[in-house]
Amino acid sequence: MTPAIAVSGLVKTFGPTRALDGLDLIVDTGEVHGFLGPNGSGKTTTIRVLLGLIRADAGEVELLGRDPWRDAVDLHRRLAYVPGDVSLWPKLSGGEVIDLFGRLRGDLDQRRRDELIERFELDPTKKSRTYSKGNRQKVGLVAALASNAELLILDEPTSGLDPLMESVFQDCITEIKGEGRKVLLSSHILAEVEALCDRVTIIRAGRTQQSGTLAELRHLTRTSITAETNRPAGELADLGGVHGFEIDGARVQFDVDNDQLAAVVSRLAEFELRSLVSHPPTLEELFLRHYGDELARERALTRGDRNDQV
Amino acid sequence: MSHATVDLTGTSVLARFIVRRDRIRIVVWIGSIAALVAVTAASVKGLYPTQADLDLAAAASKGNAAAIAFSGPAQGLNTVGGQVAFQAGASGLVVVALMSLLMIGQLTRGEEEAGRLELLRSLPVGSAAPTVAASMIVLTMNAVVGALVAGTLLVEGLPVAGSIAFGASFALLGLVFACVALVAAQISENTRVVYGIAGAVLGASFVLRAVGDIGDGTVSWLSPIGWVQKTRPFAGERWWPFLPTIAAAAGLLVVAEVLAARRDLGSGLVPPQPGSRTASPALGRPLGLAVRLQRGSVIGWGAGVLLTAVAYGSIANSIDDFVRNNKTLADMFASGGASLTESYLATSMRILALVGAGFVIQSTLRIRGEEIQLHAEPVLATPVSRQRWAMSHLLVAAGGSVVLLAIAGLAVGISYGLVGGGVAVVPGLLGDALVYIPAMWLMVGLTFALIGLVPRGVVAAWAVLAFCFIIGLLGGMLGLPRWLMDLSPFEQVPQLPAAHFSVLPLLVLLVVALGLGVTGMAGLRRRDIG
Ligand SMILES: Nc1ncnc2c1ncn2[C@@H]1O[C@H](COP(=O)(O)OP(=O)(O)OP(=O)(O)O)[C@@H](O)[C@H]1O
Ligand SMILES: [Mg+2]
Repeated sequence: MTPAIAVSGLVKTFGPTRALDGLDLIVDTGEVHGFLGPNGSGKTTTIRVLLGLIRADAGEVELLGRDPWRDAVDLHRRLAYVPGDVSLWPKLSGGEVIDLFGRLRGDLDQRRRDELIERFELDPTKKSRTYSKGNRQKVGLVAALASNAELLILDEPTSGLDPLMESVFQDCITEIKGEGRKVLLSSHILAEVEALCDRVTIIRAGRTQQSGTLAELRHLTRTSITAETNRPAGELADLGGVHGFEIDGARVQFDVDNDQLAAVVSRLAEFELRSLVSHPPTLEELFLRHYGDELARERALTRGDRNDQV
Repeated sequence: MSHATVDLTGTSVLARFIVRRDRIRIVVWIGSIAALVAVTAASVKGLYPTQADLDLAAAASKGNAAAIAFSGPAQGLNTVGGQVAFQAGASGLVVVALMSLLMIGQLTRGEEEAGRLELLRSLPVGSAAPTVAASMIVLTMNAVVGALVAGTLLVEGLPVAGSIAFGASFALLGLVFACVALVAAQISENTRVVYGIAGAVLGASFVLRAVGDIGDGTVSWLSPIGWVQKTRPFAGERWWPFLPTIAAAAGLLVVAEVLAARRDLGSGLVPPQPGSRTASPALGRPLGLAVRLQRGSVIGWGAGVLLTAVAYGSIANSIDDFVRNNKTLADMFASGGASLTESYLATSMRILALVGAGFVIQSTLRIRGEEIQLHAEPVLATPVSRQRWAMSHLLVAAGGSVVLLAIAGLAVGISYGLVGGGVAVVPGLLGDALVYIPAMWLMVGLTFALIGLVPRGVVAAWAVLAFCFIIGLLGGMLGLPRWLMDLSPFEQVPQLPAAHFSVLPLLVLLVVALGLGVTGMAGLRRRDIG
């Protein structure tokens, strides 16, 4: 089967700004795909190319097997979209906006709409001008989630939602996933991505940095280990793949590259292991480590410091 | 409560920021008003080189109620200064009033509606500072306009007192309408409604002084424009009519202050009402949405055109009377082919069409506005093509222009008919208005072509309208060359009922309109949205 989204080598410039610089993105059928990257890295720009709102300068883009620029109208029958900036007509009520989008898409499901309004505790009679930020976001969400579209494109859909509504949103996406529909979810809320996504793509400065399942990404990084041993295990600090080593009497704490994990743990056992706690990195740690390292390297370079880090 | 002490912290920083950000707009407004007066002064001197010429012109204008209705009282017309005040007076005063109300509306309510004011107020900026800074800027703009107008006339060698009185008229009238806009900005949370309210006051002021000036001048006292014209620049100046002008400005300022203290940031005086739980059936197609979004605007412009047209229609009868009492005058105009009343009605239709073109441009620009405000994006992410989305707004603009012209024709006809012309004039005058449809659609096409091809330069549409206004109102008086005047589509429309109908120019206009529309659509299909 063709992937839901297949982007390769995507380039988009705005005057001097190179917003997308050879980006790759594959979203397979039936998956919820997380789309991550720092501010200004090109997530929204990619989504706008996928919607046929802006035209790519170079690269291949296929959405549901078709060209999003040429076949925009047909493709839009099969997708629903929540913009990052939900900007509503101030004079229209939330209920009117939700109905309008449902009808424009041609699949307004009255029962589902009412149910979602209830679940998100939205007052549909308020004029859009008077909604709070979170409630404005809910209008956009209900309008998209009420559809039966096979593909949902969500650009930071939960920014401004309270934790209660965040969990309602996660329930909704889990249901949609259960129905075998596809979701592209751009988000800065990594716990949400961790909870919902099968695979993630991390981009930076318009380029794809990493892409894969969470397990695969974790494999590329480090595991945190806290252990207690009968004999002091200070020697471990010199092993390859060990980082941030700290020792406090019988207690050691360090991170280890996953490909060295087996070797390091078996060395650890030699020091008469009493207890061992290991946890895989959270997505947040992954993200921070990835960009933190990168930033540190850039800073080092600009300082002219040749002290290479890992 | 803190409104006893006015906190002005940060005013001067804000004012400098506004000047920096809006410097082009500020310079264009001031420069065009000064240029209007300078060009008029130069052309008057050229047209009437001797006193005999001036005497002749004065005699003609004195009896020309139509000219008086559109320009002002016939005073001091046998002097160069008096002619300048007559020819550039009314239109220049309207422009300075527009400048003031648009600037104040944008700088106060416009900023507030966009949410930028909230950010500013969170800084160490006094509660009154943003409004005071905006007022200071507009006050200064008016002072500069006044000084430039007076200075220009002095350089042309016109009498000192008259030049100062004329310049002061501009500055003080601008001040009054800045204050009108300040009051309006407290009433509604919607900037467009603010423009509507202040614009309606301006329209009423213009009509009241027209009625007064044709009659014995009493009614003109109800109008701020009337007040400043009562200072009689170049016709034996008297200064005290500036007093009601200043008093009105001060009074309005107090009203604005009181209203401001009663409302919250971001809201108007009327609390928001709950809306509908579900959308009406019409609100499910792009056209339904466009109609819903522009409904208020059509009604507002319709009301403005209606009032103006009723005023013009009822004045037409006074012109009939005027002509009946002046046998020689009647003969003079009759020999020219069209009667004075006919040429008055033709000018009225042209002005109403030009006013309606303001709606046309605003309505077409809604396409760009929806794009900039990010409203277009989610709509275009549904199975609605760009063409269909744009077409929905174009239909509202084109259809709305027909509605406005129909209102103009019917209102002029019925009001003229009721006060003396007889109902038989109604169908003819309706036709005289509708003949402007092709010119209106050309403006739709032109604006849309700009949106499709140069989305960042769409304000040029307003410059084109300003050009058409100048040509339409002053072209004849200024003796502009024919080819320049022909560039305005409104000049191509037969001036009914003062001229003969001919279909060819209308067809040409329609073809150009269509060509521009197709060009715009091609541009919009090809470019990025946003
Ligand atoms: N219309 C535009 N004109 C000029 N530059 C633009 C335009 N749209 C986006 N950019 C630039 O392209 C880059 C990518 O922006 P984009 O909005 O895609 O980032 P993002 O990943 O969505 O960021 P965020 O997480 O903050 O939403 C930024 O540098 C932005 O300034
Ligand atoms: Mg974004």
